[in-house]
Amino acid sequence: MKETDNSIWDAVAPMEQAEPERQLRTVRIGFIPLVDCATLVVAAEKGFDRREGLALQLVKETSWANIRDRVNLGHFDCAHMLAGMPIASSMGIGHIKVPTIAPFLLGLNGNAVTVSLPLYQQIRGTGVQGDDPASLGRALRQVVDERRRAGLEPLTFAMVFPFSCHNYELRYWMAAAGIDPDRDIRLVVIPPPLMVDSLEAGHIDGFCVGEPWNSLAVDAGIGRLLLTKAALWNMGVEKVLGVRADWADDNRPVLESLIRALYRAAQWADDPANRDELADMLAQPAYLGVSSKIIRRSLSGDILVQAGQPPVHVDDFIVFNRQAANFPWVSQAVWIYTQMVRWGQAEASSESETAARRCFRPDIYRTALRNSDLAVSLPSMNAKLEGALAGEIPVGSVDGKLTLGPDRFFDGGVFDPDDPEGYLHRFAIRT
Amino acid sequence: MSDTKLNIVVIDENPVRAAILEDGLRDAGYTRVTLIGEMTNLLRRLTEIEPEVILIDLENPSRDVLEQMFQVSRIVRRPVAMFVDQSDSAMIQAAVDAGVSAYIVGGLQKDRVRPILDMTISRFHAFSRLRDELEEARSKLADRKVIERAKGILMKQRGMAEEDAYKLLRETAMAQKKKLSDIAEGVVMAAKLLGS
Repeated sequence: MKETDNSIWDAVAPMEQAEPERQLRTVRIGFIPLVDCATLVVAAEKGFDRREGLALQLVKETSWANIRDRVNLGHFDCAHMLAGMPIASSMGIGHIKVPTIAPFLLGLNGNAVTVSLPLYQQIRGTGVQGDDPASLGRALRQVVDERRRAGLEPLTFAMVFPFSCHNYELRYWMAAAGIDPDRDIRLVVIPPPLMVDSLEAGHIDGFCVGEPWNSLAVDAGIGRLLLTKAALWNMGVEKVLGVRADWADDNRPVLESLIRALYRAAQWADDPANRDELADMLAQPAYLGVSSKIIRRSLSGDILVQAGQPPVHVDDFIVFNRQAANFPWVSQAVWIYTQMVRWGQAEASSESETAARRCFRPDIYRTALRNSDLAVSLPSMNAKLEGALAGEIPVGSVDGKLTLGPDRFFDGGVFDPDDPEGYLHRFAIRT
Repeated sequence: MSDTKLNIVVIDENPVRAAILEDGLRDAGYTRVTLIGEMTNLLRRLTEIEPEVILIDLENPSRDVLEQMFQVSRIVRRPVAMFVDQSDSAMIQAAVDAGVSAYIVGGLQKDRVRPILDMTISRFHAFSRLRDELEEARSKLADRKVIERAKGILMKQRGMAEEDAYKLLRETAMAQKKKLSDIAEGVVMAAKLLGS
């Protein structure tokens, strides 16, 4: 009897179960194990991909250069990218020119600057009181000046990639305090997994990196978290979904389905009710492979700045979805372009500026989300003044329900995307 | 400057694979080869060595460190030529499949470096076929032994100097696109069959 039952089950089950599976379209996505890959992980783990007829295949990568090369070669359909990467690829700087687009933002904020404990003591030794970026920057400048007078080697800070927001954030912060990041200090690239060791070995004095690496340094008693990206430039783009432009053209329906799946995933990831589950999900070896306790800190914004001290709450430490966080503001792409010019990575040209403008694709984002049952508040503009909002404010949107939060740069600077040249002329320190 | 004067750095945390690569480069006549296995101070080491060619395993997260080096080089107006250019997508593909990436710094001509890269890739392929490091170390030892034996046979039977015997083996291997040790094994086998 048992045998008969089994054979019937075998004959029926594959038809019932496998049929819908066969229709799923596989999308290969490369990612780097960081907290801000969460939206991709949630889309795959919670089935938001299958709901849109997709099967996400997430491939863990070890370097941003590999991510870029494998997207270029077609090994990946798309990838978790630093916001500067599709812009650099579209402009053909740093590597071969491959038009690459960003139709969806995977995360805002989330980075932090951590310094060694000896450097932290030197910064405090200047008598600085505040914890704001301007005060800490002035204190850092004093340390830099004192070291020069004493004939010591310049301080060394690390970031993760030349076309990373980490690079631009560190430079923006230091230059505002009168530190020339190319002359007064050394700025080097170090892969995140080597940051903590390098800090401990004294090869570097500080770094700017995404989570969980700041928290891991703090937990190990090696570093002090000094500043967050939210304090330097709130609601600034960090990671994007990077897609080769020709793949996007050839697979538009798939890309639009993917954007819908990612939108739902980002909503889920941003919901405080899902924090514990998300932290456990990301902690798995297939993704970050670090303790969920540490991941939970960045998700909740309750950040441990130094071992043995109570946590400090940071509003908007990392943002996955709220306040149009996924919307690819063209103004943010142009801001990154100005930083590339400011620091000598790119020549200022209307051609490059156009390439940067065309790289972020609000049009694709809008089409994907308009044609769905998702009630997404779509902004009525593609660009905005960056750094102009001091508090929450309702803005023009298709349904009139969109609110944007404070998006200020710490120095009060406002970026008008229609005048990148004028913006650049304002800075005394540039390459 | 002849090809064999190229200043080459091999970045690899796996000492066995790095040694194989170094051997391969030395076999091909390159004498200025530096191995870097310690990643925490990579940029400083590279600045000191100023390599013209860098070979790095694609699985190494320190690949991103090289990206910055290229940028810095560009800023100080030292020419940076990447071996893989837009027309070379098949070449990048081969490099990625082989788990190796190569960059040429210093405005070199492609054709002068291609043989190194080809050889590097074939070495990586050879590596991936081996099951583990121990097996690899053993086979490397065996390769050396068989090459020594083949050299001895050639020297004795054809009255060649050691250097010429090695050169003949190497040239035959290159012409037939085979491993030096495979050619050496053929020589040893033939000598055995011919009873000499």
